[in-house]
Amino acid sequence: MSIQTGAAWVDFASSRLARYKLFNGVNWGRFAVISVPTLWLGIFFFVPFLVVFKISLSESAIAIPPYTSLLDWDLEEAYINIKLNLGNYLYLFEDTFYLEAYLSSVKIAVISTFFTLLIGFPIAYLIARSKPSTRTLLLSLVILPFWTSFLLRVYAWMGLLKKNGIVNEFLLNIGIIEQPLTMLQTDFAVYIGIVYTYLPFMILPLYTALEKMDMTLLEAAEDLGARPSISFFLITVPMAVPGIIAGCLLVFIPAVGEFVIPALLGGSDTLMIGRVLWDEFFLNRDWPMASTVAIVMLVVLVLPIMLIRNSQGKEEGV
Amino acid sequence: MKIKHVGYSVMLSALLSAVAVAEGKVVNVYNWAEYLDPQVVEEFQKETGIKVNYDVYDSNEMLEAKLMSGSSGYDVVVPTGFFLERQVKAGIYAEIDRQQLSNYGNLDQNIMNKIASHDPDNKHNVPYAWGTIGLGYNKQMIEERLGDLPVDSLDLIFKPEVAAKLADCGIAVLDSPSEIVGIALNYLGIAPNSEKKTDLKAASHLISGVRSNYKYFHSSKYLSDLANGDICVVLGYGSDVLMAQSRAQEAGQGVEIDYVIPKEGSLVWFDLLAIPADAPHPQAAHQFLNYILRGENHASISNYALTAVANKAAMPYLLEEVSTNPGIYPTAEVTQKLFPMNAHSAKYDRLLTRAWSNIKTGR
Repeated sequence: MSIQTGAAWVDFASSRLARYKLFNGVNWGRFAVISVPTLWLGIFFFVPFLVVFKISLSESAIAIPPYTSLLDWDLEEAYINIKLNLGNYLYLFEDTFYLEAYLSSVKIAVISTFFTLLIGFPIAYLIARSKPSTRTLLLSLVILPFWTSFLLRVYAWMGLLKKNGIVNEFLLNIGIIEQPLTMLQTDFAVYIGIVYTYLPFMILPLYTALEKMDMTLLEAAEDLGARPSISFFLITVPMAVPGIIAGCLLVFIPAVGEFVIPALLGGSDTLMIGRVLWDEFFLNRDWPMASTVAIVMLVVLVLPIMLIRNSQGKEEGV
Repeated sequence: MKIKHVGYSVMLSALLSAVAVAEGKVVNVYNWAEYLDPQVVEEFQKETGIKVNYDVYDSNEMLEAKLMSGSSGYDVVVPTGFFLERQVKAGIYAEIDRQQLSNYGNLDQNIMNKIASHDPDNKHNVPYAWGTIGLGYNKQMIEERLGDLPVDSLDLIFKPEVAAKLADCGIAVLDSPSEIVGIALNYLGIAPNSEKKTDLKAASHLISGVRSNYKYFHSSKYLSDLANGDICVVLGYGSDVLMAQSRAQEAGQGVEIDYVIPKEGSLVWFDLLAIPADAPHPQAAHQFLNYILRGENHASISNYALTAVANKAAMPYLLEEVSTNPGIYPTAEVTQKLFPMNAHSAKYDRLLTRAWSNIKTGR
């Protein structure tokens, strides 16, 4: 099939599609495109979310599964009993411990996101401004770490940061420090772990935003007498804002709920909501309370972010 | 026993899949990592023609979460006593049919009586192995810092002036609230299984007072850290400390590790074989249990995992360095001071978890 006939076919198809739309009032192409991700979200996000929400309204019990059911019914007696337990939600607000854990998680996530941006921006900038051939190589280097298990990479950091680990040995050998530094089991190690792990999620959206940028704008600025630093902050950074927002969200949201990195690299005093969840689930064996903590985390942290995104989308006319 | 050793499990599963059996008889075993000599599993398959699907976990919590979700598909699991105690109440386990266990008489009645505090009349369990929590330490580092102070005391962990001297070389404590708080209560002269709020407060106060000297709370990391000299003392599981000891010997870096059960008394734990109520192959499960109870097989667990077994017929098969090691088979005098940890009420567990979070985060 030649390109021309291909184009003709597309024309034909779209005109048919248009007629279809006219007759049925439904845009089937659009429907097909949207339905797949919607279905995906529905099955893998919304349904599990409802299940967790359901558990959060029950009470813990010594049974299989370890919580009470919300509904009980008797067909002969013709009744359905619905029992919702809101106690878990109330308890969450009575006890300041949970609030502290949420705040501490947010703090760690904000600081890590900031440093990820600080490191990710120059890298993305460099990649976007390099030759197309080098660009592909650099981008694949960014993605390369994903070929190894995330867990193994965190373990590798344990080997690097520990007391007689590679970093300390190196610093001791070149004489910068006299005593080995305590880096593992500190918040510092947690920051390193999060920044390292999530850096690609920052670089990729930034790169996409920077790569799309119209270079003639910078030339125009230069012609009008702007120094490079000025045109960087007045043109490049504002144009990268969508990338910055996307990257920050991709780092911030998972970092708040992070469990593995603080558990392996953090100290015993690193308080994060992921750990609190673990404790509720495994130590207290209180699945309803654990579900409540998870639901509230979602509502408190993710919902506002989604709303902001949504309103932004509308402003931009997307 | 608490640490996951990927290499071994991979080797083991490769080995087992090679011995696929035509009759389709299987038993699904879920055990602690590095807790059973692969040889024993292989010989069981050869002898009975039952294929063993062997899977491992590294915490009681993980096992419990799987069992509590229902239909785990496992035929044999190995929970620790105070977990089994609570799980029995939830109706998770089937009763053991002793008719099918011809080797049941090999078991040591003295220890069986102690285990009965978890499971009356031992209806739902067959003892797999038992051990203690105690002090693992780096001989040289401790000597340098403490001189000739006795090392067989919990003062190393709980007395601020002593612990302060060890802070620089690293103190690690199990991240296991009920066990450590129990040991702390016993150290204070309080009943270790007390659920009184005031007692919990006293124990929290004790641990909080020394907490700043601890390097971390963790339930498995200390094994390699002790062997490498990254920490110098741990309040941890005996079997893990002894494994660290042999690793340090193999490494030949001059790190010398020792294990001692503190003179104040400590906690004894029992890992118990049990059959879930919904096990798909209960008969094969009993055959597996009976095979373990055979003297030479039970002894090989003791020799391999460096834990004690409650099996009289196993004693002649024990390696000398295992049977004479007071860290594995403590003397009668020490045994008297060991206490089991019982399951707590849900309400106390909640208080305990909170107190523990506060201790760990220094609040």
